[in-house]
Amino acid sequence: MMPPLIEDGDTSGAPMNGIPLLRHACHTFLVILAFALSACNRAESSSPFHATELHDPTFGRELRLPDTQGRLRTLDDFRGAVVGVYFGFLQCPDVCPTALSRAVEVKRLLGEEGNRFRIVFITVDPERDTPEVVRAYLAAFDPSFVGLVGNPEEVARTAKEFRVYYRKVPTGSSYTMDHTATTFVYNAHGKLRLAVPHSLSAEDFAADVRRILAE
Amino acid sequence: MLTTKTRRSLGLALMFGAFTLPAWAQTVKVEDPWVQATVAGQKATAAFMKLTADAPVKLTGGKTPVAPVVEIHEMVMEGDVMKMRAIDGGLPLEAGKTVELKPGGYHVMLIDLPKPLKEGEKVPLTLTFTDAEGKTFDVAVEAPVHPLKREHEKGEHGKKAGHEM
Repeated sequence: MMPPLIEDGDTSGAPMNGIPLLRHACHTFLVILAFALSACNRAESSSPFHATELHDPTFGRELRLPDTQGRLRTLDDFRGAVVGVYFGFLQCPDVCPTALSRAVEVKRLLGEEGNRFRIVFITVDPERDTPEVVRAYLAAFDPSFVGLVGNPEEVARTAKEFRVYYRKVPTGSSYTMDHTATTFVYNAHGKLRLAVPHSLSAEDFAADVRRILAE
Repeated sequence: MLTTKTRRSLGLALMFGAFTLPAWAQTVKVEDPWVQATVAGQKATAAFMKLTADAPVKLTGGKTPVAPVVEIHEMVMEGDVMKMRAIDGGLPLEAGKTVELKPGGYHVMLIDLPKPLKEGEKVPLTLTFTDAEGKTFDVAVEAPVHPLKREHEKGEHGKKAGHEM
């Protein structure tokens, strides 16, 4: 029924070996569970944030990937700025341009503080997304956006560290990527503070960033 | 302008249709088509538009000189995971009910682009529809290329924002 998988990039990092549906179902369940739990937390803690606030999460602690110039980048490079980390791919016609356009709008809404808001875009499709194309793509949104292009192993390791799901899915003629569309926001001290869902408005996102900038 | 063109096609079809087509020849109104710009090396993009059919039909495919492969796709969010799939059997359109192909839902995927599409260009796009009897017909439009960076629409993301988390 299901087309054969070319590659598995889910959080376990291991090949799917024949039981993709079951694992897929498990993953979906976990995603829903995580959202349900975060809803509960939010209600109890009455977080001031529109996005999901994270308290010393055990994920997203490390980021080490080459940028589009081939320089190795880590979270330390962005100290002093609030950083939004987003995983996507260039042949994504829908959520990626939507998320990046929203980030541009967040920066605009922040006014003078906008230059303290950085976006790091990590491609989950390193086979097709070469550094040159990623650089040109991000420049179409904002020249300050940083693209990170690892090899497949580096991308898998990074996604695992962020608990980001991605998977190659064959379509009629080629393949597309399923991927987590959350933006992970770090404060200026390099601490992961927010998981921003794709559905959050630019206005609410900007309000959250303003609060994080004050930390 | 594009609508006018479609209307003109319809008009022509009605004028000459008696000889070549049944008088009830179906059509689909295509409004506000646009294609998202690409940068050099980016091999795929999407076309968006509003479709209104005058009878139940399905959007089953398309052709364009700018890309060798055209597919009809649907994007869905499961939790905060984005999934995109080709729609098997085509996108059904009910008579008189406008279906909008837009970010966050359906799109026409243009694949294996040999060169980038720049803002301001116009992309000729022929959409193929299949009626209830399995007969196909085409509607041709020209879709302007819009920039990758979208104009911000207030509340674009905000309809369900935050509260579902």
